[in-house]
Amino acid sequence: MSVNDTLDSAKEQLLRRAAPGRAQFEDLVIVPLFAVAVALMLGALIMLATGIDLPTVGRSFIALLAGSVGSLGALSETLVAAVPLVLAALGLALGFRTGLFNIGAEGQILMGGLAAVIFGFTFDGLPFAILMPLSLLAGMLVGAFYAGIAGWLRAATGAHEVISTIMLNLISYRLLDYMLRLDWVQREGRSDPISRSVPEAAELPRLLEWLDPNLRMHAGVFVMIAAVIVVHWLLFRAKLGFEFRASGASPDAARYAGIRAGLIIVLAMATAGALAGLAGANQVLGVLGRASPGFSAGIGFDAIAVALLGRSHPVGVLFAGLLFGALEAGGRQMQVDAGVSIDLIGIIQALIIVFIAAPLLVRALFPWGFRAASKGDAE
Amino acid sequence: MLVFRKSPSLAVPIMAILAMAPSANAFTACQITDTGGIDDNSFNQTAWEGVLQAQADLGIDARFLESEAETDYEANITSLLGGACDIMFTIGFLLGDATQEAAEANPDQLFSIVDYSYNPSLDNVLGQVYATDEAAFLGGYLAAGMSETGIVGTFGGINIPPVTIFMDGFAYGVEHYNQRHGTDVVVLGWSPETRQGLFTNNFESLDDGRAFAQNLYEEGADIILPVAGPVGLGSAALADELGPDELMIIGVDADMYQTDPERGHVYLTSIVKRMDATVYQVIEMVRAGEFEGGIITGTLGNGGVDLAPLHDFEGVVPADLVAELAETRAGITDGTIVVGTD
Repeated sequence: MSVNDTLDSAKEQLLRRAAPGRAQFEDLVIVPLFAVAVALMLGALIMLATGIDLPTVGRSFIALLAGSVGSLGALSETLVAAVPLVLAALGLALGFRTGLFNIGAEGQILMGGLAAVIFGFTFDGLPFAILMPLSLLAGMLVGAFYAGIAGWLRAATGAHEVISTIMLNLISYRLLDYMLRLDWVQREGRSDPISRSVPEAAELPRLLEWLDPNLRMHAGVFVMIAAVIVVHWLLFRAKLGFEFRASGASPDAARYAGIRAGLIIVLAMATAGALAGLAGANQVLGVLGRASPGFSAGIGFDAIAVALLGRSHPVGVLFAGLLFGALEAGGRQMQVDAGVSIDLIGIIQALIIVFIAAPLLVRALFPWGFRAASKGDAE
Repeated sequence: MLVFRKSPSLAVPIMAILAMAPSANAFTACQITDTGGIDDNSFNQTAWEGVLQAQADLGIDARFLESEAETDYEANITSLLGGACDIMFTIGFLLGDATQEAAEANPDQLFSIVDYSYNPSLDNVLGQVYATDEAAFLGGYLAAGMSETGIVGTFGGINIPPVTIFMDGFAYGVEHYNQRHGTDVVVLGWSPETRQGLFTNNFESLDDGRAFAQNLYEEGADIILPVAGPVGLGSAALADELGPDELMIIGVDADMYQTDPERGHVYLTSIVKRMDATVYQVIEMVRAGEFEGGIITGTLGNGGVDLAPLHDFEGVVPADLVAELAETRAGITDGTIVVGTD
């Protein structure tokens, strides 16, 4: 009897894998949607609990909407905030698929961004068509190298990448402080740690400046879209991506199938680092125009949440990044219009993560949502 | 769900709010903080009090935006552009680049930045700068007179002029005391000559404030001047545990005895930078139509910077020292004592 049961459930699993549509749809779309909704509701309750009256709560949610998608300026800000999150999260997602939990995006962003700045001002004078792409590339290479260290440590010595990437983050903070004080990096006439400015030919051009000089949306948006496509192709169409996923799903099976585990770990970490480095380069070349301590602004950590919310799928990451970008841009407006603390946005983001990380909780809270879905009817 | 169900009717309230914002008569002053936040007990809070004072006296509207990271500076300024603010206060040296960029792109928006001056000056930006070294000089003199170990300490947030000017004045004040009394009180943590010293490299971490104070204390310092906004609260927490007999703190920017009342007894005094006064003054200038780009400077003479009252240490500080302080103050304001290397 029990043998039959096992066979049945195995068959079921096989079938599910063959026709992933329904379960995957629930997992990829409905759980995140409910998580966001519940987080917003809990956010409202927290606001009420901290003595904010109901009209202000309503006004702050309107501000959240208006500040993220309510105008051209709001959309531009949402995209500016989303681009580095998506880029870094793509790298993390790729790591998750390979079974690597890379906490080091923050450090990789810092190192990549710093490299892009240094490359930019060192080769000042090169034309835009050469300097800008090469500066981005410099950021990617250094990010890849920096993450590769953790990958190599894991492959060669078995040092766990969670520990080594956290340590590499700490090293990157101090390394940045040190580098920013070197004579050839520090801006002339300043005693504080701040780099020279990136020349205009290395900057990612702002796309809407002709409309209004305050619109900050820059060409990094195209970089982001290209990265989503490339990572999607790499993960699901390329041999290397298959090896990544195979190693992530079952390291032993992958090894018996002839996949070289050590090499895959280093390559996956390096690819993730390249994307984080690209995110850093994007920040300094598109938004800041310079490097200074802490220019990563926690993007590397927020990106972990984005990758998880996006279920480590490139398209999911894109939407999750846009959502977090919208929360950031809208959160600013919440503060302006309703005087609600920016910290509340942090709480809402954290709540989203909690519910994403606990899909069973969401299913238990909203059983009707999933019944509807299983009838093949999307909401 | 509550929020999303309402979505078809959202357009109406949005329109209502948009229509309300730029109403013709209201005068709005806006403040953008640096990463210390609006309630840092010191730098941003003092400036905000000037705005609040103007709100109470003049009936203006006031708004603020806190920066969580330095990537927010430009974004925060941008989100307040578009006529919502009659004057925008950007608080701190670190917002210098972002303010300049926004001011150049929006010549009709008035800005006033604390601790920064532009050369050449911009027509729509008024810089508020302070001769903080004059007040810090008095603080250093007092500390040198009060130290029992003969060692005093200081550390800063970031090595930028508005921070190091405190440390300069402090060190020169100690030097002046040494010259006058033939003593040999040592300043740890900053050298005005080499321009190097102790810096936490942030304006946020209370843990750093505690750790830096601990290090200085272990080196023998019994009075510490933390010049790093809220970071100093961590130092005050250590002093609170050790007791003021072991370690005293000199506050900066605001009178910390009042902004941090629970630990008021550890503050020997505070080196006060009256940003509230200058912010208020700028608001009045804008309302009267007298705004001009350039700088205004707060000095010991015009009350823009000062040493806070001694509060709990009234009576503990010897009368001779108090008299010498008054004398030194008079010397600085009439120019017979020059703060700096002479």
